[in-house]
Amino acid sequence: MAVHQGTHDRRYRGLWMGLTLPGAIALLVLFVAPFYVMLSVAGGGINEFFQTVVPVWNPLHWSSWNLSAVWHDIFGHGSFIGGAAVRTLIYTAIATAISLAIAYPVAYFVSRYGGRRKTLFLVLLIAPFWVSYMMRMLAWIDLLQQGGFVNSALSFFGLPGNTDWLGGKSVTVILGLVYGYIPYVILVLYAFLDRIDQSLIEAARDLGLSRWRTFWHVTLRLSKPAIIAGTFITALPMLGDYFTNQLMSGAPGTTMIGNAIEGLLEAPGETGQGAVLALMVLVVLLIPMLYYVISTARSSRDYA
Amino acid sequence: MASTIGQPAAAPSRAEPVVQRRLPGRNPWRRPWGMEGFTWLYIIWSIVPIAIAVLFSFNKGASQATWQGFSTKWYIGNQVTSVLHNPSLHHAVIQTLILAALTTVICVPIGVAFAIGIDRWRSRTSSGLNFVMIFSFVIPELLLAVALFLLVTQALTFIKLGTPAETAALVVWNLSWPAIIVRARLVSIGRSYEEAAADLGASRLGAIRRVLIPMLMPAIFASAVLVFASTVDDFVIVEQVSSTANTQPMSVLIYSNVHGGLSGPSLNALATIMLVVSLLAALIGFVGYRWMSRGERTKGGADALTGIAGI
Repeated sequence: MAVHQGTHDRRYRGLWMGLTLPGAIALLVLFVAPFYVMLSVAGGGINEFFQTVVPVWNPLHWSSWNLSAVWHDIFGHGSFIGGAAVRTLIYTAIATAISLAIAYPVAYFVSRYGGRRKTLFLVLLIAPFWVSYMMRMLAWIDLLQQGGFVNSALSFFGLPGNTDWLGGKSVTVILGLVYGYIPYVILVLYAFLDRIDQSLIEAARDLGLSRWRTFWHVTLRLSKPAIIAGTFITALPMLGDYFTNQLMSGAPGTTMIGNAIEGLLEAPGETGQGAVLALMVLVVLLIPMLYYVISTARSSRDYA
Repeated sequence: MASTIGQPAAAPSRAEPVVQRRLPGRNPWRRPWGMEGFTWLYIIWSIVPIAIAVLFSFNKGASQATWQGFSTKWYIGNQVTSVLHNPSLHHAVIQTLILAALTTVICVPIGVAFAIGIDRWRSRTSSGLNFVMIFSFVIPELLLAVALFLLVTQALTFIKLGTPAETAALVVWNLSWPAIIVRARLVSIGRSYEEAAADLGASRLGAIRRVLIPMLMPAIFASAVLVFASTVDDFVIVEQVSSTANTQPMSVLIYSNVHGGLSGPSLNALATIMLVVSLLAALIGFVGYRWMSRGERTKGGADALTGIAGI
């Protein structure tokens, strides 16, 4: 990147700064500042009479009152957040694993064997990407309802066809998560796998490796960054998901951490605790997010 | 997706090897029928439920599971719950379109300028800003939505909940699309065209306007389509910062009515309208992208398809 960095550009520094400015302001005012407000609300108090939030702007005066309340809710006796947090991790892990297991063969097939029909396959794989998330959930709610097609199909095959799929089943929530996020995994995997140099695979075959060993030693090794990116692209939003489980079940037995944040925010006098919980999730996710951001920045530098 | 954007497009991959080798035993280059079947099964699984939901928006009865004949009553016929006649349903359609248009018009120019600026500025500040921008791309939407809600209710209270807050929030949430896509394109274009223009007497601004921007057009266009479609689809942010029912777009209305409230095929009709809006955006994106990058096409439609999907 340093090749063109000459005196030429320094003269126009004002121009580059001017172009950057609106975006920089937007990011600072609407992305960085909101998290400071969140900290101020988390460290602030409440108006006892109106049960409204009183943010404290000076960091030196932040109190740990909300933090200890949330801490108690997570780890204390009769905790309701702790269960939701564990459930969030389990749902996310299972749904991410299933998504990768389905997406990898599909992306692999289309990138390597799509041939002349590659464009057709791409259209079909990208189509769900353009269908809104709500529509995709609504479609499954129609299918899974009491008299819906899934139950009809089950009873057609002689299986019990009166399952209440939408009444708080973890299976249904995981299905919703997989169905909702899998188009993104497939696109990410496809983008990576399509760039694998085919001659490396051919070389491995020419040197006598079996099909399976070629895949194991060459293709899978080369697609490691794709699998990591695919994991991030699904796991991060799933960890903050609160609507899929509401739509697919709505029962307290399937709540996730996002529902706990929502619930606290809306409860009178507990907005500060909602802010604390959101910040805690942010802190936990900071490491995977930083890893992703840094590796993204690095890979774009390598290719520049 | 972000991590793939900075990379140059690979050479066209060879799906079939040139030489069919004959080895004793099984043909090593045989088509993997199992995987092909699996791919088709996935495609059916991903598309059929949506097709059924669209179909039932045209159902004559109120059921979403039993077909009772074709009708458009849930779109226009029914005086109470059709999208046309129910005020909350058609408000939602209008609100979605307003938000999508406003966000695209504000967000894309800011993002494009930002991408050019940080690509050329090259300082500690610009890499810091780039870092913040990529961070805004990966942060779970709920966390940003909650933070923005607190911002507009506790600090910047002049940004009112409803359309102003929704637009501001959507602009910052979508800013990374044009910024990342245009930046990747800038990297692959390089500096030589602009320098040639400068050598031929163009001013810096003139070179940007008359050389760089036209070359960036496919990327700008692709990001505009993505911003539009992702705003139509957006739920988490608008749910947090919408105020009255009048400022709830389609996604929020569907969410809040699935269990109780307005039920039946009018929700399917609303979702189908959303689908048509997004697919129209995709189609315009595909055609426009192909047209704008017509001089440099190598892989036919595949390039334009992945281009408008942001990969």
